[in-house]
Amino acid sequence: MARIVLKNLRKSFGSVDVIKGVDLAIEDGEFTVFVGPSGCGKSTLLRMIAGLEDISSGSLEIDGTVVNEVQPKDRGVAMVFQTYAIFPHMTVRENVAFGLTIAKTPKAEKEAKVAEAARILQMEHLLDRRPSQLSGGQRQRVAIGRAIVRDPKVFLFDEPLSNLDAALRMNMRMEIGKLHQQLSATMIYVTHDQVEAMTLADKIVVLKDGQVMQIGTPMELYHEPVNIFVAGFLGAPSMNFLTVDVGEVSGDSATVRAGALEPIAVPTRGRDIRAGGTATLGVRPQYLGPVDAGQTGMLHGKVDLTERLGSETVVEMTLRDGAKLIAAFAEDRIFTPGQGVDLNFDPARAHLFAEAPPDPTAH
Amino acid sequence: MPMPSGSKLTQSNAAGWAFALPGFALMVLFIIVPFVFAIVLSFTNQRLVSPNPTEFVGWSNYQQLLGVGMLTLEPEKDASGAIIRDADGQPTYPRVRTYTRNNPDYPGLKGMRELTSWQSGQNRTYILASDVVFLRAIINTFIFVLVVAPVQGGLALGLALLINQKLRGINIYRAIYFMPVVVSIVVVSLLWRFIYDGNSGLLNNMLGALSFGAFKPVNWLGNPHTALGAIIAMSIWQAVGFHMVIWLSGLQTISPTLYEAAAIEGSTKWQTFRYVTWPGLRNTAVLVLIVITMQAFALFAQIDVMTKGGPLDSTQTIVFQAVQRGYGKQDISGGSAISVILFLIVLTISLVQRYLTREKT
Ligand SMILES: Nc1ncnc2c1ncn2[C@@H]1O[C@H](COP(=O)(O)OP(=O)(O)OP(=O)(O)O)[C@@H](O)[C@H]1O
Ligand SMILES: [Mg+2]
Repeated sequence: MARIVLKNLRKSFGSVDVIKGVDLAIEDGEFTVFVGPSGCGKSTLLRMIAGLEDISSGSLEIDGTVVNEVQPKDRGVAMVFQTYAIFPHMTVRENVAFGLTIAKTPKAEKEAKVAEAARILQMEHLLDRRPSQLSGGQRQRVAIGRAIVRDPKVFLFDEPLSNLDAALRMNMRMEIGKLHQQLSATMIYVTHDQVEAMTLADKIVVLKDGQVMQIGTPMELYHEPVNIFVAGFLGAPSMNFLTVDVGEVSGDSATVRAGALEPIAVPTRGRDIRAGGTATLGVRPQYLGPVDAGQTGMLHGKVDLTERLGSETVVEMTLRDGAKLIAAFAEDRIFTPGQGVDLNFDPARAHLFAEAPPDPTAH
Repeated sequence: MPMPSGSKLTQSNAAGWAFALPGFALMVLFIIVPFVFAIVLSFTNQRLVSPNPTEFVGWSNYQQLLGVGMLTLEPEKDASGAIIRDADGQPTYPRVRTYTRNNPDYPGLKGMRELTSWQSGQNRTYILASDVVFLRAIINTFIFVLVVAPVQGGLALGLALLINQKLRGINIYRAIYFMPVVVSIVVVSLLWRFIYDGNSGLLNNMLGALSFGAFKPVNWLGNPHTALGAIIAMSIWQAVGFHMVIWLSGLQTISPTLYEAAAIEGSTKWQTFRYVTWPGLRNTAVLVLIVITMQAFALFAQIDVMTKGGPLDSTQTIVFQAVQRGYGKQDISGGSAISVILFLIVLTISLVQRYLTREKT
């Protein structure tokens, strides 16, 4: 049982502020995923929870107790590292049992727990091997096994799958998902892979430059992003952003237009959209649909490039006013480069942001 | 057969040999030739400068160096069969020299002298050696190695662990500990002669001050009981920084995440050392052990500068003997034989160490 509460948590390395005030509550048994671009402070935040990194200010509570000054071992956490961090000179069995050996657990109990962990992770046949004789996925399982045997209150994962190939990654992702169901422990998982985030998480925390951008369930974040950053970060291919002129604003909707966009009323979702100004229109590629030949749609452009994935066709387009756009159609379709295409979309699924679109050359 | 890419030069066998030749020739000249020379000379009676032609003498140099014998003597008895005792009531024994000099009944003990002796019941047992000084040198060298190897290795590891921390100014400590290493051992030995001085040496003064004058000054290098110990202490101090640096490089190859993993699992300092640090230092440990052993067996400069083997041969060492024989006494063949013996000892020990510390699979 573990509920974790972060209150205005901050971290600076010397004069560099890395975590700039994070407030977050993680409920018991919840699977929370930290996502964000590289260098945004995900690992640092996780390591602060683990106790591997000092907390500069703010408070960290586990089960109602402030643990800012508590040693890592006394926080009841287990951690799985990106580089596995399994001990090279020990067998798999010794590695898995490490925490128990350290705690001088009786032999019988230790063996039972190791056997149980090996069963859960399906690695009974690996127990007497050395790490050098294991594949990357097997090593990661050993690291997870070492975390399991101690029955920690909290599991911390720092990009555990990023060294694995795509197939193994999917496999391990599902195993971690299953593990969470079996153990129903609190888990915090750092990744920059949004598929992992979307599939595993009960709750996603999107970070940018050491600040929380949005906290919510995967679907909340996907459908109701609070800002352009979150909107652009989740979803692949990422959301299209078009700079538009705002016509009239009435109640909860605004009419917008652009060089290649017919006037259309889009919900403002309470954002500060002013008539006569400019705004950014966001539409996910998947919500764009082609218009049958002969009819006109809301967006006018021509095809630059087509990627046919079988189940999906991704089309890169240049709009009539020069803006770039990506559309993803749910079926296999053939376009020729240069072909003119009109697109439609459901305005209810579009987003209007007051800020300017992110600079694609930044990063 | 497909030709691998590369210029003609790198594929030609002759060119390869031609490039290797200069280095190889130097190695032959300065390593292999002297090595073979030493072995050959050790079986002759060659002297440094001598008008007489060189003769092969077989193993006699080795016999002369390593010959040992044992002699058990009964107490002297008077006519009635009672043991004759001296003024202190101790039994008296015949003089050893009557057995080793011109005694046709004991040809094997000819020319030997007493190395050590002990009492067994009424009898007294003597270990005799044909070259007492050389055997002393072997014993001293082994004592030196057996003390220096573990103590210096352990101290160096301790220092390495201490300075392998992220603290401000830690580099100053690294530099200080390493400083004696870059000073010539001859200079260090000269300095320590002053420290160990029997009258106003720094050590005596310090011990005197610390004990408020209760400590009686010791002539550290002039006393047979303290001379070897003094040289051991100085030698450990001098090279400990070198091995500290080797340990340090080993420590820094251990991934910091392993320490973090251990910390999260709840490992204490000692457990972390035992389960993470020490296994990660395996190869370094083998290296340090072998290097210290080799260096310790080569003990020479300290002896030459500080004691010249004395007092009473208490600091004789194998290499010092080799040099003294070869150049001091101009007995090149004897010196060569000592070198060969040292080579065999070091080779054996290195092989044993390698076997004992091998990677167990
Ligand atoms: N020990 C340190 N000293 C100084 N700066 C650090 C230190 N550790 C991390 N940082 C900085 O803190 C920021 C956040 O680092 P962090 O490792 O948390 O990023 P991350 O989100 O995990 O990135 P990635 O996805 O690449 O792993 C980075 O800008 C990094 O340069
Ligand atoms: Mg990271």
